[in-house]
Amino acid sequence: MTRSASSRFSRRNFLRGAGIAAVGLSFAGTARRGWSQEERKLNVYNWDTYIGEATLSTFTERTGIEVQYDLYANNEELFAKLQTGNPGYDVIFPSDYMVATMIAKNMLMELDHSKIPNMANIDPDPNFSDPPFNPGLKYALPYMWGTIGIGYRKSAVETPTSWAAVLDSSEHSGRIALLADMRAVIGLALKYLGYSMNSTNEEEIAQARDLLIKQKPHIKTFAEDNGQDLLLSGEVDLCMEWNGDIVSAMQEDDDLSYVVPQEGGMVWIDNACIPTGAPHPENAHAFLNFINDPEVNAEIANTIRFATANKAAKEFINPEDLANPAIYPAAETIAKSEALIDVGDFTPVYDRAWTEIQAA
Amino acid sequence: MQDWRQNKLVFGVLLLPPTAWLVLFFTLPLAIVWVYSFGKRGPLGETLLAFSFDNYLRAIEWINLSILLKSTWIAAVTTALCLLVGFPLAMGIAFSPGKYRNVLLLLVILPFWTNLLIRTYSWIAILRTRGYVNMTLEWLHGKLDALLGLFGAAGALGKFQPLELLYNENAVIVGLVYVHLPFMVLPLYATLEKLDKSYLEASLDLGAGQWRTMFSVMVPLSLPGIATGTLLVFILSLGTFLTPDLLGGPDSIMIGNLIAQQFGQARDWPFGSALSFLLMYATFIFLWLKAVISRREGGVSY
Repeated sequence: MTRSASSRFSRRNFLRGAGIAAVGLSFAGTARRGWSQEERKLNVYNWDTYIGEATLSTFTERTGIEVQYDLYANNEELFAKLQTGNPGYDVIFPSDYMVATMIAKNMLMELDHSKIPNMANIDPDPNFSDPPFNPGLKYALPYMWGTIGIGYRKSAVETPTSWAAVLDSSEHSGRIALLADMRAVIGLALKYLGYSMNSTNEEEIAQARDLLIKQKPHIKTFAEDNGQDLLLSGEVDLCMEWNGDIVSAMQEDDDLSYVVPQEGGMVWIDNACIPTGAPHPENAHAFLNFINDPEVNAEIANTIRFATANKAAKEFINPEDLANPAIYPAAETIAKSEALIDVGDFTPVYDRAWTEIQAA
Repeated sequence: MQDWRQNKLVFGVLLLPPTAWLVLFFTLPLAIVWVYSFGKRGPLGETLLAFSFDNYLRAIEWINLSILLKSTWIAAVTTALCLLVGFPLAMGIAFSPGKYRNVLLLLVILPFWTNLLIRTYSWIAILRTRGYVNMTLEWLHGKLDALLGLFGAAGALGKFQPLELLYNENAVIVGLVYVHLPFMVLPLYATLEKLDKSYLEASLDLGAGQWRTMFSVMVPLSLPGIATGTLLVFILSLGTFLTPDLLGGPDSIMIGNLIAQQFGQARDWPFGSALSFLLMYATFIFLWLKAVISRREGGVSY
């Protein structure tokens, strides 16, 4: 008995129909994605403890983009990673002087401001909206800013008024930690001696080097980024550290405090940028827009306790933080402080001085 | 086993993968570093290809040479301590009854599988001002004080001063010895296990004491193992940079840290390359010394 060849429910016809349906569905999927759209991923490279607790998860919720988050300890590490070509990062957070260097070496992508409407929230003060290293915010957006000063334990030392407490005094020998950052330590020694932090005068650098060599026996360690942990654990009583780190430590131990000495400290602005060769520039722009949303930015600032460059976010920031001079220093403090500039060809002189300090 | 001359094609084909690997991932990068070492540093930290000996001349300046000498000293102390601790340990494992031997070996190798960073961090927890050693000493101090109090001499010991165990050269040496002990124990164990025990029995029968037997018979016979272990530990601790970075203080910078700085903060890759090659030449000299020594000594070869 033969079925008619045109029977519509034979097994072969069913399989053929299912196959065509499957192919059709797969094409429908790609048509929805579009050939020109990026995959929903983002690679962010940032300092440690420098983002809000909920920032990344909220971003993924709102946009569906998964974030891969990597950490670096200082600008030089970031530069070394990107120097020989972008290994795949979409968003990076260099400091002011490093942005200048990277722009000079064409390592940053020009930002498309039309994709970042939240840019309007940035503080209109020219230091933020039109800085000399990044005019018109062409290559970077200011993220957080702060100072480098002295964190100390109130019950163990009296309030330091000058950098001499950590750079020129044997009073708390063995209870002092400095940063393991060449430009920061030598720069602040120069400032203590009355010179510019970006000096290109070999005489002045030699004086700073001799001062630090003289002070070395009293220094317990050069801490890379964990000075606040050493303070907390009672390893040291005085340390040269970034303000936000000390303020975070103050949350766990209210015997700690922070001060910028009278000679002035170092003031810095970290910036969010997109490096050239980023695999997901669209997603990167979306991320930059996201972190400048006032509430998101305030959540970040409330977590990491650094000062934000975003004016609209101040509405949502803890009032105690806004009134805290450690986080938002007074205008005179900023006026006395200095920002770092890349000294270019002069860096080997600093480096030689730094090696001599360490080998002494 | 065929002589390779008889079947050169098979030999060549078998040799191809490891040779390719060695050339691609060892020789080529090394050649690039060597070329960089003659280069110049641009104003923004980039590497400019040039041909100058400036970097090498700078590398042998006293300031950098002194760091290399200090590293050699620390490595030598580490090696000596490793030998002192490792030899009895290897002896213990080699002469233990067969059923315990594998367990004992495992106990030596197991910490090896833990990440180096975590093992070094654990020493911070032990040695720091409020670390385990100081906490124990403080507790003992308190108990002693209470005891003295019974005799009416409370407070005689004074206030407890914690020991400064961390952030100095001693902490670095402790960390290095701990990390490199397996490198010393395993070659020593391999040599001691293959030792013909009848030599030791003969020596004891002929009237030599235990110590005499150990120093006059066993140690000379296990010289190849000692040489291998010593070389491994010395070269590894010469170039280390993690342990001095974490455990060291302002006075314990080693050559590894200096090189790492050149590739990081200082952005001076040509100088860093020159320093790396200086370290490499030093290493080759020690390897050559080892070859000379092991050719002259008899002993158990393996």
